[in-house]
Amino acid sequence: MSAYTTLNLAATPKIPLTRLIAVELRKAVNTLASFWLVAGIGIIVIGVEGLLLLLVVIQNGQSSPGDFAVFASYITAVALPVLAIMLVTSEWTQRTAMVTFSLEPRRSRVLIAKYLTCVILTFLAVVMSVVVGFLCALVAQIANPDATTWDFAPELLGGFFVVQTLATSLGFALAALLLNTPAAIVAFVIYRVIPVSAFGVAANYIDWFSDVRPWIDFEYAQGPLYDLSISGADEWGQLLVAGMIWLGLPLIFGVLRILRAEVK
Amino acid sequence: MIEVVGLTRTYGSFTAVDDVSFVAQPGRVTGFLGPNGAGKTTTMRIMVGLTPPTRGRATIGGHLYQDLPNPGRHVGVLLDASAQHGGRTGREILTLGALTMGLPTSRVDEMLHLVSLSADEASRRLRHYSLGMKQRLGIAHALLGDPQVLILDEPANGLDPAGIRWMRGLLKGYADRGGTVLLSSHLLNEVELIADEMILIGRGRIVAQGDKKSLLAANKTAGVATTNVMSLDDQGLADVLRKKGYAVTPLREGLAVQCASVEVGRAAAEHQIVLTDLRAVEGGLEDLFLELTSSTQREGATR
Repeated sequence: MSAYTTLNLAATPKIPLTRLIAVELRKAVNTLASFWLVAGIGIIVIGVEGLLLLLVVIQNGQSSPGDFAVFASYITAVALPVLAIMLVTSEWTQRTAMVTFSLEPRRSRVLIAKYLTCVILTFLAVVMSVVVGFLCALVAQIANPDATTWDFAPELLGGFFVVQTLATSLGFALAALLLNTPAAIVAFVIYRVIPVSAFGVAANYIDWFSDVRPWIDFEYAQGPLYDLSISGADEWGQLLVAGMIWLGLPLIFGVLRILRAEVK
Repeated sequence: MIEVVGLTRTYGSFTAVDDVSFVAQPGRVTGFLGPNGAGKTTTMRIMVGLTPPTRGRATIGGHLYQDLPNPGRHVGVLLDASAQHGGRTGREILTLGALTMGLPTSRVDEMLHLVSLSADEASRRLRHYSLGMKQRLGIAHALLGDPQVLILDEPANGLDPAGIRWMRGLLKGYADRGGTVLLSSHLLNEVELIADEMILIGRGRIVAQGDKKSLLAANKTAGVATTNVMSLDDQGLADVLRKKGYAVTPLREGLAVQCASVEVGRAAAEHQIVLTDLRAVEGGLEDLFLELTSSTQREGATR
């Protein structure tokens, strides 16, 4: 070292986004809480799939890889948004944001890395579901070859990935907005339960509401996404409008909050 | 080099940092000294972009912190050693830092060795760390990227006396190699031992700055020098000094004299009194500190 009055930054490249993502992926599993969340998902998936497989084999029921895969996906669907929430909120509840943002003061890059990490984890979960689905189907094939079919509908899993990414995004948005783990999880659950029931009831009793519902009910608007059959300006428009209300707004306010907050 | 110009931060009607300007030079340890709530931490947080300033700016080596492409490689920051995930091990925390900065993981072991955290301690989770261990880990984290500038908020907090001595050696050596060190403390003794340059802050404003000598010289009016002396004939020495016109107060052992120690030595030599202990009382800086920040002291006492 020599005396520095000015810093020469020429030899220091920017931190690449890939490195930030690698760090965030590591953070997603390197604490006790996050490790057991991920390990817990794995254990539950294996347990439930094992049980399902046992039932199918005993009862000599019909099954295909897709059946098993979709079942595994339902389990990960509950846990992934929680993982996304923790990836954002733990920075604040554990106060690590101070270190994270002093190592990368361009907070938007950290947020992008965190979001992409959530998408990658969602993708991995879907891949895992497919692998588990095929493994289970293989066992079912050996046990009762007649009742096992190997037809597999990739659009179902593609659709599941898209819908699941939206749910994870919602967890991410609420976490950014509330910056508190329990509050964000509770808000997420309420968010998924209350509007659906309220809109269902309203559509039953108010005639004109049935026409409005697709435009403001995000769950409803996501319907044609599950099998990727979405088409036409109406369906896309409804998805966009409802998504803007339920996902877009909290995401925008949440991101703005993190970008502007004083980090303590 | 850290340069702070006209930095102000207000929260509603409360002004946490009020028009603060100073420079922390390379090759020197600059101590940022002030009572609790004086605005030290807020100033440091603004420097590293965690808190936006209301007015003014802070630059590090001529750049805004936000403009540093990979800040960890240039500026080592320790603002709160407890602000780490309690569920991560010490080694994992350093590994995350090294990964972010793009350093080899061997750097983690080097830093653990530097701050004397054993392999066993490094594999424990942070929530089981003592404050002193957290501080050591925090210093290791700040030094990971071999930075040219260090910004440390209360780094000696929680360290035992041996730890404080170790840190003093570490920071002196770092500054001697050309690094810039800014460290804050509310404890005068700590800063006095470590810092070459001192910035005194009270209620958001800088009340004095300079090295220890110039601070005391500039504040000569604050009081006359005091000397503590012991001799084989305290009574005789007291009489002689009183005759010379100096105020003498007998202590439990020896005397306190209101004059420079050279005058006491001269008087003793003239009258052939054997001195066994003679030292200038170093209370000057503490008096100065308390006086300058008295309006912000919570106890409302100047002494």
